[in-house]
Amino acid sequence: MPWQNNGGSGGPWGSGGGSGGGPRNPWGGGSGGGGGGGGQQPPNLDDLIRRGQERLRATLPGGTGGGNVLGLAVGALVLLWLATSSIYRVNADEVGVVQRFGAYVRQSYPGLHFKLPAPFETVTKPKVTQENTIEIGAADRATETLVLTSDQNIVDISYTVRWKISDAPNFLFRVANPELTIREVAESAMREAISSTPLNAAIGEQRGQVAQRVQNRMQEVLDSYDAGVEVTGVFFRQVDPPAAAEQAFKDVSAAQQDAQSFLNQANAYRQQLVAKAQGEAARFNAVYEQYKLAPAVTRKRIYLETMEDVLSDVDKVILDSSSNNVVPYLPLNELNKRRAASAATTAQD
Amino acid sequence: MSRSFLGIVALAVLGLIVLSSAMFTVSETQQAIVLRLGKPQRIIRDPGISFKVPLIENIIFLEKRILDLDMPQQEVLSTDQLRLVVDAFARFRIVDPLTTYRSVGSEEGAKRRLSGILASRLRDELGRQPFTALLSPERGEVMEVVQNSVNREAKRFGAEIVDVRIKRADLPTGDPLNSAFERMRTARQQEARAIRAQGAKQAEIIRAEADSEAAKIYADSFGQDPEFFAFYRSMQAYRQAMVKENTSIILSPQSEFLQQMQGRR
Repeated sequence: MPWQNNGGSGGPWGSGGGSGGGPRNPWGGGSGGGGGGGGQQPPNLDDLIRRGQERLRATLPGGTGGGNVLGLAVGALVLLWLATSSIYRVNADEVGVVQRFGAYVRQSYPGLHFKLPAPFETVTKPKVTQENTIEIGAADRATETLVLTSDQNIVDISYTVRWKISDAPNFLFRVANPELTIREVAESAMREAISSTPLNAAIGEQRGQVAQRVQNRMQEVLDSYDAGVEVTGVFFRQVDPPAAAEQAFKDVSAAQQDAQSFLNQANAYRQQLVAKAQGEAARFNAVYEQYKLAPAVTRKRIYLETMEDVLSDVDKVILDSSSNNVVPYLPLNELNKRRAASAATTAQD
Repeated sequence: MSRSFLGIVALAVLGLIVLSSAMFTVSETQQAIVLRLGKPQRIIRDPGISFKVPLIENIIFLEKRILDLDMPQQEVLSTDQLRLVVDAFARFRIVDPLTTYRSVGSEEGAKRRLSGILASRLRDELGRQPFTALLSPERGEVMEVVQNSVNREAKRFGAEIVDVRIKRADLPTGDPLNSAFERMRTARQQEARAIRAQGAKQAEIIRAEADSEAAKIYADSFGQDPEFFAFYRSMQAYRQAMVKENTSIILSPQSEFLQQMQGRR
């Protein structure tokens, strides 16, 4: 029975009311100061009852000295109990949630506070500024967390959910197992978000949006539970194609590289070709400018210069084709031989 | 005096014992049923201190918080004969402690019963959907239908379903999963091939444009005087074509080059 359990430890029925100026004690009624060692001190539960009886026995024969010492000891104990269980400190990162007989009564903020001693009021101090993280899915490739996308592909994801307590009483009293609840809500919100996103978007540019959507959805659901939780962030650690199809995905990016290099080559060809055309055209234009000024002379000059160049280095045979009646003998072999010899001598030089 | 004092003390002690067995606290997270000799007497929903008749009344505590209800994984067959392994959970609370106590005894009992009901309702309802609807059942009314129908059952146990959600919906391992992987692989291969072909096509287009651009530049320039171009280009070609090592040229004295050799005609 809870009441007895509560009472047994601290001894709430003591004469504490009068001493130490503690908060109002609903049961005490201020019966006799502890220091005085008054005879009518009501005994406490269990051990205190025993102690009280001993003291009574001690007082009856008239030996008052022992009673006083005992009374002082009891008073000190009571004082200690009051000090430890009615003053409490709330640290900067906490909120104190006070329950009286199990019922929530108030919140207290960082600093020193008073409450009724232990069995009457209890305080719970959850850390409200602390960000908690839940990791879902492993970041390594050993275990995969596979999720279906809207185009019925599969992605391997892992992510982190950060949350903190936004409403301490709700967090403590509304939902059993809040951490498990947050985790499950995260999983379902993530599944929902991924399953309405196509694969390429999930892997690529829409990652951030998906995470944002998961966060909003989680908040909505947790609020509907009055969970007293604020989801401060959802972060992807990994969104990858499953290992079984990874090679094919890599080949796609390789193909993109290939396509780019095709384009680069073609562009290089274009630049080269156009530059050559422009160069040749410029040269022709320049020559043509001059040709226009003196067509006949220029033409003749170009012709002769070209012939000079061409014919200076080649073997020449001059043959009058007008003497048609004689079949000319043309010793081609001889010519070739001579040429080979001359080539040899020039090589030796 | 001493005797009467002892009597007072004894009375006080007795009173305290009775009082403490007559009082009990209900925490913020609980609700309580007071049973008198096993018969439900009243329900305490408000947390705090309450009283009962010692010895003949005792208390049953039940949770007031939202509780989790996990469900074993279910394999669901969609209307288009595709399989999906669904992992769902629900959240519920005890709204009628007395009914809960009478029908299933405790929260745990309610969990056990509801878990089975949730599983079968979910399987039934999802089995009426095509596969694409299963992927995101939140879009339609499926989840609502499931929740309502589980809720009807939950009432019988004094519970209320707060929420039903699908945690995971996966392809079963083995053939369905492998063929999905295979489909992804082939889709990527196709994509890679398309990207390469597209690149090659673009490259050809660029080359063609380059050719046409060059041709235009030539035409613009050479077109100024086609006759001179023919002459000029021929001259260039002679220089290129007639390299000394392997060329023998037979010239006619009548050729333009040798015109002057013949003297004036």
